[in-house]
Amino acid sequence: MTRQGARTRSRTGVHEAFRHPGYGPAPESDRVATEWLEAGERVFGQYIGGSWTEGAGDIHPTHCPADGRLLARFRHGTAEDVHRAVGAAADALQSWQEIGGHARARHLYRLARQIQKRSRLFAVVESLDNGKPVRESRDLDIPLVIRHFYHHAGWAQLAPSEFAGYEPVGVTGQIIPWNFPLLMLAWKVAPAMAAGCTVVLKPAEYTPLSALLFAEVAHEAGLPAGVLNVVAGGGETGAQLVRHPGVRKIAFTGSTEVGREIRRVTAGTGKHLSLELGGKSPFVVFESADLDAAVEGVVDGVWFNQGQVCCAGSRLLVQESVEKEMLDRLRARMETIRVGHPLDKSIDMGAMVDRVQMDRVQGYLEAGRADGAEVWQPSRPLPEDGLFLPPTLCTGAPPSSTIVTEEIFGPVLVSQSFRTPAEAVTLANDTRYGLAASVWTEDISLALDVAPGIKAGTVWVNCTNMFDAASGFGGYRESGFGREGGREGMWEYLKPVAAAGSKLGARGGTAAAGAVAAGGKEAAPSDAGPRSAAIDRTRKLWIGGKQARPDGGYSLAVIDAAGAHWAEAPRGNRKDVRNAVEAAAKARKAWAERSGHARAQILYYVAENLTARREEFADELRRATGADQAAALAEVDAAVQALFTFGAWADKYDGSVHSTPFRNVTFAMNEPVGTVGIRCGERTPLAGVMGPVGAALSQGNVVVAVVPERFPLPALDLVQVMETSDVPPGTVNVLSGIHGEVVPTLAAHDDVDQLWDFVADDLSGDSERLAAGNLKRAWVDREGTIDWLTLSKRHTGMLLRKGTRVKNIWVPYGV
Amino acid sequence: MTSTQRNLGIPLDLDAVHGVRVNRFAADHRAATLTTRRSVKRDRQAGWLLRAVTMIDLTTLAGDDTIGRVRRLCGKARRPIRRDILARLGVPAAEIRAAAVCVYHALVPTAREALRGSGIPVAAVSTGFPAGLSPFATRVAEIRESVDAGAEEVDVVITRGSVLGGGWERLYDEVAGFREACGDAHVKVILATGELGTLANVKRAATVAMMAGADFVKTSTGKEPVNATLPVGIVLARAIREFHRATGIRVGLKAAGGLKTARDALAWLTLVKEELGDAWMDPQLFRIGASSLLADIERQLEHHVTGRYSAFHRHPLG
Repeated sequence: MTRQGARTRSRTGVHEAFRHPGYGPAPESDRVATEWLEAGERVFGQYIGGSWTEGAGDIHPTHCPADGRLLARFRHGTAEDVHRAVGAAADALQSWQEIGGHARARHLYRLARQIQKRSRLFAVVESLDNGKPVRESRDLDIPLVIRHFYHHAGWAQLAPSEFAGYEPVGVTGQIIPWNFPLLMLAWKVAPAMAAGCTVVLKPAEYTPLSALLFAEVAHEAGLPAGVLNVVAGGGETGAQLVRHPGVRKIAFTGSTEVGREIRRVTAGTGKHLSLELGGKSPFVVFESADLDAAVEGVVDGVWFNQGQVCCAGSRLLVQESVEKEMLDRLRARMETIRVGHPLDKSIDMGAMVDRVQMDRVQGYLEAGRADGAEVWQPSRPLPEDGLFLPPTLCTGAPPSSTIVTEEIFGPVLVSQSFRTPAEAVTLANDTRYGLAASVWTEDISLALDVAPGIKAGTVWVNCTNMFDAASGFGGYRESGFGREGGREGMWEYLKPVAAAGSKLGARGGTAAAGAVAAGGKEAAPSDAGPRSAAIDRTRKLWIGGKQARPDGGYSLAVIDAAGAHWAEAPRGNRKDVRNAVEAAAKARKAWAERSGHARAQILYYVAENLTARREEFADELRRATGADQAAALAEVDAAVQALFTFGAWADKYDGSVHSTPFRNVTFAMNEPVGTVGIRCGERTPLAGVMGPVGAALSQGNVVVAVVPERFPLPALDLVQVMETSDVPPGTVNVLSGIHGEVVPTLAAHDDVDQLWDFVADDLSGDSERLAAGNLKRAWVDREGTIDWLTLSKRHTGMLLRKGTRVKNIWVPYGV
Repeated sequence: MTSTQRNLGIPLDLDAVHGVRVNRFAADHRAATLTTRRSVKRDRQAGWLLRAVTMIDLTTLAGDDTIGRVRRLCGKARRPIRRDILARLGVPAAEIRAAAVCVYHALVPTAREALRGSGIPVAAVSTGFPAGLSPFATRVAEIRESVDAGAEEVDVVITRGSVLGGGWERLYDEVAGFREACGDAHVKVILATGELGTLANVKRAATVAMMAGADFVKTSTGKEPVNATLPVGIVLARAIREFHRATGIRVGLKAAGGLKTARDALAWLTLVKEELGDAWMDPQLFRIGASSLLADIERQLEHHVTGRYSAFHRHPLG
């Protein structure tokens, strides 16, 4: 695609173009990129510790998918390469933090400028390697990359004041996909560097070039050695990085399948994790929409980057009354979509990234046809060579067809219809994914009703695929967790500063005390002698607002601090977990829809009723743990305080409106996560239950709480307090028992959205592994820093963030 | 050149008018990306620019227009591009002329005389142009006089108040009255889109004008503070497209005011090709009302044949 010699032109060419004004090739020059690649001769090594090293890995080629030409070769990083890169990042960590926010801001600013000055080279390299139209890399990818570095230069500057009390998580391993190689690099690298983390980045096997170019540019720009390390390679290299013990955080963008595996592999290691995974995002068109605008939206939504977009609007949901009209217009529009060489500036779609991906998409289409779907493609011919697919519309597919349910990651749109707004939301949410959604209507009441109802991290109203560094991006459900961009994205690279002598020691309790410590034995007639003649007191589980005997019909003996038999606690089992989660699911919607004010009233009321029984609970704590009177009373008071704190936050943890550079309102809503499973710790058997439960309730979550294994009684008695305080049935469910018997069921349950674990033992690691099933967020307080007696501002903030997820709703405006 | 069936109009369909939905942000977004999605270069660009020349209604609408000024403009309409440039482009000079010459009523006879034998029609702006607020009978009479004086095309203005006040029947009757007065002359209905407040109003007004028999819908008089913008062009194109799908009739689009550069012309041609299709890439269905645009196109075409950037003074004045 080089330019022909200047000024040689065919005269009939002009006349022909005058008579039939069509499009011709409008090639972007690849001269500079080709020079950089040494005409395909270049072999790239790894960028580690500020220098290029060859390494011993196998040499692999990378090709241009549009014409098959060899672009360059590169070595796959070996375990040794990864090890050295992590070492270099660790070595650089301290000085990178000590130079301070302003110095880091200067580096990020310089990176933004340096990319800007080479923007066309980056765009051409990206298009050659990935196959995406140069229009997209030039107008979307690269400008967004630059914007990300600018924006995060700002966060680096502000981090010391805005994130006071937090520190960087440390060395981060970042694994990025092939669909937006440099943009995903920027989304990962910029916030990490701004926060003070150092990075080992693994670009995708198909598309390593822009990351390698970026490393060169960063090196020339004087980025300190070891702050950024680039180890190219395939899945094996990525796996080495994920497993490396020196890595404190993994940030991954890619398939749900690999994300799940990463969740499993990192379980129990204490590594921080953010996952941005797949999607099957709904594109909802109401009869009140500007249909022509919606048609263009579809083009931008699913044929952007050949549909190889994690948030592609690949499920078209159209209101029945305009379905035919919409599809007619869409087919007419599809006829004008031009597919061609990515460096041609007159095309809409380029090449698929690789033969493997192309075959995968065609496999889906075959399956769709077999399922009875009509697969429609426009008549315009495709380029003969190269990996090209036409825009494709599938109608009439049964809802169970894989083309409806699975992420195709190609230019394939699947259309379904709906009758009412409620049905639209139901269909939109009928998926395991939850990355993004697009909603089209000119009726703002309808739009603002539907947007919060759709389970997705981003909802675009009357627009699609809008991105900006100031707005967080990330998933619900199996689309992953964590956000990239904006303030919400910065938290992914920060953790609370550990207090001096951080890990709080176990408190109270004699060796003999507890339900399980006493042998973990079933409550059975013992030879402990006759008990008192007092009336027997029975504690039950609390499920769906009812006190329930445990399904298994067994109890655990609870031994008090003096070693005496005290009472029995129900021994919950997997069916009790099932019932509790079901009850929570039933209560979920109503509780989430209650106003913050109404939720606060209930939390205050629980506090009120707990205070009324202050001495009684203090006595229980003393008997359970052997604490003295003052300490026991202090814990009851702390529980009351926590309820007040989270009650106060219920109507004050506001979302925000992001300053995105478009004519629109981007509002970031803090939405409840859903059902939170809480495994309560033993250090403070009352405040350590009431605190996290209050935090979760405050933000509209429902709870299944597993009470402290050794000291279950204070928490079980809290049930009576909550019962009398208008806590709606199912909003809080309380289970006792042996944690090893109930927590795994809770961790694995597909209808639990989040797991909080304040015990942090081996079982916690198992839970993280089990959480991979539905990719629920599992949070283990491994640092053990949360002191429920003196609940700090930092920890309160962390709990509120854990209890919510940010949904960004984009609403452009204009007349 | 395709031959096209004239729009006889259809009954006013108020449901269609009220059902109009236009999203401004999306229209702006489409406008912003239309031109980045398509790039026409080199010989094709020269061909497109020549095509644009043949779509120009060369226009002079000033209080100081004189016979001499209009004669000069007509001369330019006959030979818009220097012969030597056309020769080097390999395009027969006979194929390149402006689409029409557009003047006030008083200068219609002059223009008609100056264009005799060229096949270039005279267009008259009419109906109390540009505000359109003189008595209806006067406006209709003005059309008749211009047609009698030899205008083959009449650019009429609508009463903006009918749009702003939702008086769709009034607007329909007004345009239908203009259409009737035009007889065989083609009527271009100027919507003065810069004064209609919203893009939805633009689409509603265009829809009513087409129902009432407009041959063309036209963006602006050139006298409004905001003239032909690409988002407005997109909305008009889509209104035309819908009317075509509903009736089979192709109504023309005229962009007037604000198009000053060859780049603007290419952007509009891209818009027409993408939103309306090849049938509209024809002077019978797409016009550009402009005066200074031609000079910039001439410069670009000279650059195309010489490789040197050109200057305005190297091209004959219009």
